[in-house]
Amino acid sequence: MERTDPRPFSFYALAIVFGLFVLFLYGPMLTIFVLSFQGPEGGLTFPMRGWSLHWFVRLWEGLGVVDIAAAFRRSVALGTVVMLLTVLLALTAGLAFRKRFAGSGVLFYTSVASLIMPSIVVSLGIGLQFRLLDTGVKTLLEAWAPEGWAAQYGGAMGLYSSALGAHLTWTLPFGLLIMLAVFNRFNPEYEEAAADLGATPWQSFRHVVLPLIAPSLVGVGMFGFTLSWDEIARTSQAIGDLNTLPLELQGLTSTVTTPAIYALGTVTTVVSFIVLGVAYVSMTALRRRTARGRAGQVA
Amino acid sequence: MSSSRRSGPPAWLQAGPFTAVFVLFLVLPLLLVVAVSFWRATDYELIPAFTIQNYIDVFNGCGGGGDMCVTFKTYLSTLKFCLLVWAITLVLGFAVAYFLAFHVRSTGMQTLLFVLCTVPFWTSNVIRMISWVPLLGRNGLINDALVATQAIDSPIEWLLFSPFSVVLAFVHLYTMFMIVPIFNSMTRIDKSLIEAARDAGASGWQTVWNVVLPLSRTGIIIGSIFVVTIVMGDFVTIGVMGGQQIASVGKIIQVQTSYLQFPMAAANAVILLATVLMMIWGLTRLVDIRKEL
Repeated sequence: MERTDPRPFSFYALAIVFGLFVLFLYGPMLTIFVLSFQGPEGGLTFPMRGWSLHWFVRLWEGLGVVDIAAAFRRSVALGTVVMLLTVLLALTAGLAFRKRFAGSGVLFYTSVASLIMPSIVVSLGIGLQFRLLDTGVKTLLEAWAPEGWAAQYGGAMGLYSSALGAHLTWTLPFGLLIMLAVFNRFNPEYEEAAADLGATPWQSFRHVVLPLIAPSLVGVGMFGFTLSWDEIARTSQAIGDLNTLPLELQGLTSTVTTPAIYALGTVTTVVSFIVLGVAYVSMTALRRRTARGRAGQVA
Repeated sequence: MSSSRRSGPPAWLQAGPFTAVFVLFLVLPLLLVVAVSFWRATDYELIPAFTIQNYIDVFNGCGGGGDMCVTFKTYLSTLKFCLLVWAITLVLGFAVAYFLAFHVRSTGMQTLLFVLCTVPFWTSNVIRMISWVPLLGRNGLINDALVATQAIDSPIEWLLFSPFSVVLAFVHLYTMFMIVPIFNSMTRIDKSLIEAARDAGASGWQTVWNVVLPLSRTGIIIGSIFVVTIVMGDFVTIGVMGGQQIASVGKIIQVQTSYLQFPMAAANAVILLATVLMMIWGLTRLVDIRKEL
C-alpha cells in the first residue's frame, strides 16, 4: 500500500541539505573535468580560453622530470595484482571464518585495527622493516658472498614487495568485511543439498558456492583495485625509487601550475569510473546468469 | 553435521595467507616502530639500544611554563581540526543518512541516492582536493563572483591553502565514512518505533533525539572512529590543502622519516598511536555512559 500523506516540512529541508551535499560532492570534480579541456592559452581557473586536448597531450609527454605514462602503467599493474590477491585472500579467509578456528577473533580484530590504524604509522613501520632487512642482507653479503655482491644489492623495497604489502593492509580488511557479510546471509542448505547428491567439498564450492557469491567477489575486486589505485598515505614511506601515479600526482600539486594537472585528474577519475562500470556490469550479468540457472533447473 | 560436510581444506590453511599478510605487513612493522623508538641513530645508521632520549626530545621544552612546546602546539592544532571535522561530518552525515533512511520511500531510490553519495569514495583523494583550486583560488569562481557583485573589494586570501580549506577538504572527503555506518544503523531501526513515538505525542525533534539518535549509536561510533583516526594521522590533506604550511602530527612523522630520523619518527608514531587509542576508547566509553543513564 502506497502512503500518500503529505510530506512534512523536515522532508523539504533535508532534501535541500541532501541536494546541496551532492552538489558539494560532485561540483568541484565537474569543474576540473571541464577545465582539463582548456585551450593551450588557458590557465588554472575560469574563464575557458577555447577547448582542446592540449593538456592531455602535454600530460602524456610527461610533466617535467616525471614520466606520467610509466607511473600510470605501474599503478595499473600494481592495482591489478592487489585486486587479484585481495579477492583470493579475502575469499579463502572468508571461507575459514565460516568454520570456527583458534585465533579467528584475534585475526578479525587485527584486520579491523589495520583499517583504522593511522596510515602514516603503518607506512613508517613497513619502511623501517625493509630498511632493516636491507641492512641485514648487506651485512650477510659482505661477510659471506663473493666480492661486489653487497655493492650490487639494490634493496628489497619496491612496488611488488613493500608497496604491495602496504596496499594489502588497506584493501584486505574491506574484502574480509564484505565476505563476512556475504557468508552471514548465505544459505548453507545449498551446500547440504550438493553433499547429499554426492558432491565433494571442492565440487560443492566450485559449482554451488562460487556462482552464488561471484557478484560479491567482483565487488571485493573493485574495492581492491580502486583503493590501490588511489592509495597514498600507506605507500608514501614504503616504496622504492619508482612512484605510483597518486604519489607522483601528490608531488605535482605543488609544482605544476598548468591545467595538465586537471587533465591528470580527469584521466585517473575516468579509470576509477571505468572500473566501477565494469564491476557493475559484470555483477549484474553474473546475478542474471545465476538467476537464469536456477529458473532453468526449476523448469 | 553441516560443518563436517562443508569441511574441505582446514580453516588454518584457508586463513593462512590472509594472516601472513597482516603478520608481515602490520604486526611486525608496528613492533619494529615501538622497538626503534627506543633506538639511537647516527646520520647513516640505526643503532639498537635502549634509550628514552627520543621521547625526551619529542617533549623537549614541554615541562616549563610560558610558551607551549612544538609537540603540544602541533597536537593542539591537529586536535582542533579533528574536533571541528568530527562535529561537521557527524551533523552532516547524520542529516544525509536520516534523509535517506526515513524520507526516501522507495528502496530503489534509496539505493540510487546512497550510491550517489559513495561513488566519490572510489576516486582519487588528491584529485578531489585540487578540484577546489579553481573554486577557492585567488582568481577562483567564488572570489570572482564576490568581486563582480562588489561584495568585496579584493579577493579573499584565506579560502585556499588555509585551515579553512583543510577543514573543507576533510568534510568533502570523509563525510562518507559517517553516512555509511549511520545509514546502516538507521535502516535496522524498526519503523514501528518511530510511529509509536509519534502516537505517544513526540514531536519530530523529540523522536530524532530520543529514539533515532540512541538507536543509531553503533553507526555513530563507527563513523566517528573512522573520522577521528583519519584526521589525527593525516598528512596528505593538510599538506596539499594547507599549501604545505600547516603542521600536523602525521606531517611531523612524514618529514622525520624523509630525513631518515627513524627513532624520532618512531617515537612520534608511538605517541600518536597512544593518543588515537585513547580517543577511540573515550568514544566508546562516552556512548556507553549515555546508555547507562
